[in-house]
Amino acid sequence: MSRVLIIAEHDGKTLNPATAKCVTCAQLIPGAQITVAVFAADASGVAAQAARLQHVARVLKVENAANEHPLGAVLAPQIASLARGFSHVLGPSTTFGKDLMPRVAALLDTAQVSDIMAVESATRFRRPIYAGNVVLTVEAVDCETIVGTVRTASFEAAGEGGSASIEASSPTSESELAVGTRLVALSGAKTDRPDLQTARRVVSGGRALGSADNFKMLYSLADKLGAALGASRAAVDAGYVANDFQVGQTGKIIAPELYVAIGISGAIQHLTGIKDARTIVAINKDPEAPIFEVADYGLVGDLFTIVPELERLL
Amino acid sequence: MKSILVCIKRVVDYNVRVRVKPDNSGVATDGLKMSINPFDEIALEEALRIRERGQAGEVVVASIGPADTQQQLRMALAMGADRALLVESATSLEPLDVAKVFVKLAERERPLLVLLGKQAIDDDNNQTGQMLAALWQRPQATFASKLELTGDKAIVTREVDAGLETVEVELPAVITTDLRLNEPRYVKLPEIMKAKKKPFETFALSTLGISPRQRLKPVRYEPPQQRQKGIMVKTPQELVEALKKRGLVA
Ligand SMILES: Cc1cc2nc3c(=O)[nH]c(=O)nc-3n(C[C@H](O)[C@H](O)[C@H](O)COP(=O)(O)OP(=O)(O)OC[C@H]3O[C@@H](n4cnc5c(N)ncnc54)[C@H](O)[C@@H]3O)c2cc1C
Ligand SMILES: Nc1ncnc2c1ncn2[C@@H]1O[C@H](COP(=O)(O)O)[C@@H](O)[C@H]1O
Repeated sequence: MSRVLIIAEHDGKTLNPATAKCVTCAQLIPGAQITVAVFAADASGVAAQAARLQHVARVLKVENAANEHPLGAVLAPQIASLARGFSHVLGPSTTFGKDLMPRVAALLDTAQVSDIMAVESATRFRRPIYAGNVVLTVEAVDCETIVGTVRTASFEAAGEGGSASIEASSPTSESELAVGTRLVALSGAKTDRPDLQTARRVVSGGRALGSADNFKMLYSLADKLGAALGASRAAVDAGYVANDFQVGQTGKIIAPELYVAIGISGAIQHLTGIKDARTIVAINKDPEAPIFEVADYGLVGDLFTIVPELERLL
Repeated sequence: MKSILVCIKRVVDYNVRVRVKPDNSGVATDGLKMSINPFDEIALEEALRIRERGQAGEVVVASIGPADTQQQLRMALAMGADRALLVESATSLEPLDVAKVFVKLAERERPLLVLLGKQAIDDDNNQTGQMLAALWQRPQATFASKLELTGDKAIVTREVDAGLETVEVELPAVITTDLRLNEPRYVKLPEIMKAKKKPFETFALSTLGISPRQRLKPVRYEPPQQRQKGIMVKTPQELVEALKKRGLVA
């Protein structure tokens, strides 16, 4: 039997969909018995959501004023002490999990398997390396507990309809928790558009858009399609959109049903973020652009004439 | 004044497309162009800027790798680092052991900051900085896109999925860099010559009292599944029709 502990990602109110994807990954570990831990100041709401996920047997609430914001240095020691007796500790491969889980692994003196994309056995996993150019199968040996981050684009979210028990775990006293880190501010671009990481459709723009103003023509196309907005690194670096729009190796790895790449060349670091998209559409004026190698539908031409036309046709 | 320790990994240059060996036993890296991991170059640039602002003493670069890693450390010295430490290891270490080595170096150097890349672009692990922070028992700020030092604290803007997060960490701290932190300077030829005279220490891994352990055994390396090349359409109209047929747009 494998006892799997999943660290829930949430914003204090809502469970992040990445957690439901970790559950699906965990469920593929033979004989998995799944516990989800919710670290928060007040965990009740999020714990109730986690308890409704299919395959989850137990939800642990770890409530502490210090857990209001997910700071790696504060959460890691609490997770490490909770982890005793678990064969696996998983978190999502989001910035939350990437920041936190290696710190947990180090405290447990164990290895971490990053970006799990497939489970082959309780100890054998597949993961992408070299910006997704190579897939590596690794076997964890001599690890009492295996720590892992889950590449969320590789797994469907677990469904609802479960009814796990919810228990409060005795928290560490606040004074014992590592100080030395303080959250000063969190600024997210609040939008009414679908969330990039979970959207079914995504419209993404590259350097070719030329300015933040021009980029706005993609906003209206995205709205027409009910799509989230994405961008290449070049577009983010140039300041056309904020960093949280970036898709790729160092941005978000996504798996929408439809991905429309506009004025994006298709650098390997960008492609690694969209490999799992069901359908890729590319619009680029250069017929030799590498994006066409992976596109299901390619259209060669000037985006400044094509995008308005598309909008009219939709 | 306290120093800054920068961890530099030697990796296959990001412009090179690697291939899996025919017997799936590894990645063919022989003869490929090797470089400083791009994130580490950014870490070094940031350290140099902090020193140039008078907020730190020396910039010390450190790497664990085969003897040839000298080349990347020399390049780092040419960029402006003051001295280099090479921990020689013919086999590549897992992040936990890399972190253990850096704890030793941090204890020796007692730096104000340890700067690392957020990930090495070969193994894409994104683990070492966080592990070092845990073992050294210091605060961490990962994925930094802005860094300011004020007395005994660092204010770090982090790139997170939701946008930007600002944290304040007590020094010494471990900071890992994201791509937008800065743009590294170009190295001028004369600097490469001058760098040859800068202090360069080499140690064997065993002298640090660390015996690495392989906990993650590579079983098989494979190319990823290729996407099928699709079709080219001629007009926006044709595109919309194709998408409608597939039920992708209404
Ligand atoms: C370590 C590392 C990590 C990276 N991580 C990422 C990442 O996460 N995500 C990412 O995206 N990149 C990443 N990059 C950068 C990546 O290598 C590319 O530089 C980047 O993706 C290029 O962005 P782009 O396609 O918008 O720009 P370009 O490569 O400049 O492409 C612009 C394209 O627009 C086309 N075009 C120009 N004008 C028009 C027009 N009027 N109509 C139609 N088409 C037009 C051109 O033909 C060209 O193909 C990373 C790089 C490194 C080194
Ligand atoms: N062998 C190494 N030598 C020097 N620095 C390293 C080494 N391995 C990892 N690092 C540092 O740790 C960062 C993250 O690496 P990783 O956790 O392997 O993705 C890199 O960007 C480097 O700064």
